Amino acid sequence: MSGLDLALLGAVAALGFALAAALLRRRPPRRLAVPAGARRILVPFTGSLDPTVLQAAIRIARAENAVLVPAYLLIVPLRYDEDSPLSDQVKMAMPLLEAVEHAALRAGVPVDARIEKGRTATHALRRLWEVERFDRIVAPAPSDGHGGFTEKELAWLLLHAPTETLVLKPTPRELPARLHSAA
Amino acid sequence: MRGRYRILLGMAAGVGKTYRMLQEGKQAHAEGRDVVIGYLEPHDRPDTAVLAEGLEEVPRLRTEHGSLELNEMDVDAVIRRAPELALIDELAHTNAPGMRNEKRYQDIDEVLDAGIDVISTVNVQHLESLNDAIAELTDVRVRETFPDRILEEADEVVLVDLTPEALQERLRAGKVYPKERAEVALQNFFRVEKLSALRELALREVAEDVEARRQTLVLDPLSQQAVAERVLALVTPEPRSQRILRRAWRSAERLGAQLDVLWVRRPGRELSEEEQVSLAALRRLAIVLGAHFLEEEGDDLVAAVRNIVYDRGTTYVFVGTPDESRRREVLRGSLVSALVRELPGVDIRVVANRADRPERVQ
Repeated sequence: MSGLDLALLGAVAALGFALAAALLRRRPPRRLAVPAGARRILVPFTGSLDPTVLQAAIRIARAENAVLVPAYLLIVPLRYDEDSPLSDQVKMAMPLLEAVEHAALRAGVPVDARIEKGRTATHALRRLWEVERFDRIVAPAPSDGHGGFTEKELAWLLLHAPTETLVLKPTPRELPARLHSAA
Repeated sequence: MRGRYRILLGMAAGVGKTYRMLQEGKQAHAEGRDVVIGYLEPHDRPDTAVLAEGLEEVPRLRTEHGSLELNEMDVDAVIRRAPELALIDELAHTNAPGMRNEKRYQDIDEVLDAGIDVISTVNVQHLESLNDAIAELTDVRVRETFPDRILEEADEVVLVDLTPEALQERLRAGKVYPKERAEVALQNFFRVEKLSALRELALREVAEDVEARRQTLVLDPLSQQAVAERVLALVTPEPRSQRILRRAWRSAERLGAQLDVLWVRRPGRELSEEEQVSLAALRRLAIVLGAHFLEEEGDDLVAAVRNIVYDRGTTYVFVGTPDESRRREVLRGSLVSALVRELPGVDIRVVANRADRPERVQ
């Protein structure tokens, strides 16, 4: 074998190694790592979740390197068995949870979404924190009749929550007409 | 063998369901069948009482609730008596506290399981899925409801129909309630417009039931097998499995398919606290979604999935984005490729994280 052949063989081998190394170095899409024992921030809601509250919760979770736990609370009417599947409510919850999860993951915050059910929102909440640990709760205040907890529910929450609770007031949807005209 | 279940459905009290049930019972008795009355609602209607004469009635179970004495169907006595046909009125009835079953339709289920045919009665307003609609139509919230599946599972659902005007006539004649009570009823629940709406609901319910049965009959077993879809979501005890399960549920909804959820646990594997929480949350979500949660143990994930797929007739498998590195994939093979290879004829869908999508360039 001549020197030229050896050089050619060497070049081909080097190219092969380089290709193999490049192939093996390629990573699957990045998955947000959740360190063991990471803080968990619960964001419970029913019906809808105000974007302002969601963004605030995401910022808090990012600042604390925490996992965001958006939890849709399903209310089971008394006439149904507690274990009845509630497809109408679930149909509302699914796209909402997808949207919340999407927003959080885009912001680099790991998510662990939940759907929890109960006879009332507070019943569902109590069931949730009886079986899971949370380090902070971010609860939306009433929002022009569109989602958010009622005053009574918030009072209950502040009294019974097992951890620090933050009540966030959503941005008003529309300024009253008289303010527009005054501007 | 389970007994045959025939339900007589009406739009309201007084249309003649109990009467019809007794007529059918008498007819069967005259034809030589062994018929008993399991429970007859005491409506104090003379015509009904006369018709019940000559049919054996299984003694009722008397219970005391405070100062009240309540009569309920004695399920065990009906089963012990073992007739060919039992007539059991008002399937939506709620039993007295302390009875084995909360609802009479659960009692009926036991009777059917004992191989006894049953004819029962119910009004459309008790149907669970119509509860809100009925409350809006009539301003009355019905407390005693029964699940829709009861109608679906019955062998026959027969509408006992009467025009609203004819029902009002019966009320005025005192054939449904005593006259003083009938007057109040005519001003409230039994107004023509309310009865018409209830009648429409009852007619639609039976029409849908007939259509569903017709479709089931039209399809031969082979084509049913080809049409029926069943979705399987593969999960692991970690947060992203919630997303897999949610996406699988949405597809199952669109396909009208049953949803199974499978976790394959490696033998002897201990779960961390976080994993235990995730697994419990997945189980709770499966219940909310009406899915079946399955747990299998095995070293070979693909083999375990294959067994479940063939046992349950799965047509779609949902799996999360594989997190194996390329190196591991080259050395040990890809899970998705293995599933495609091992599950011919089954669709495999990889559930991605939408947040991984590149932003659209404007």
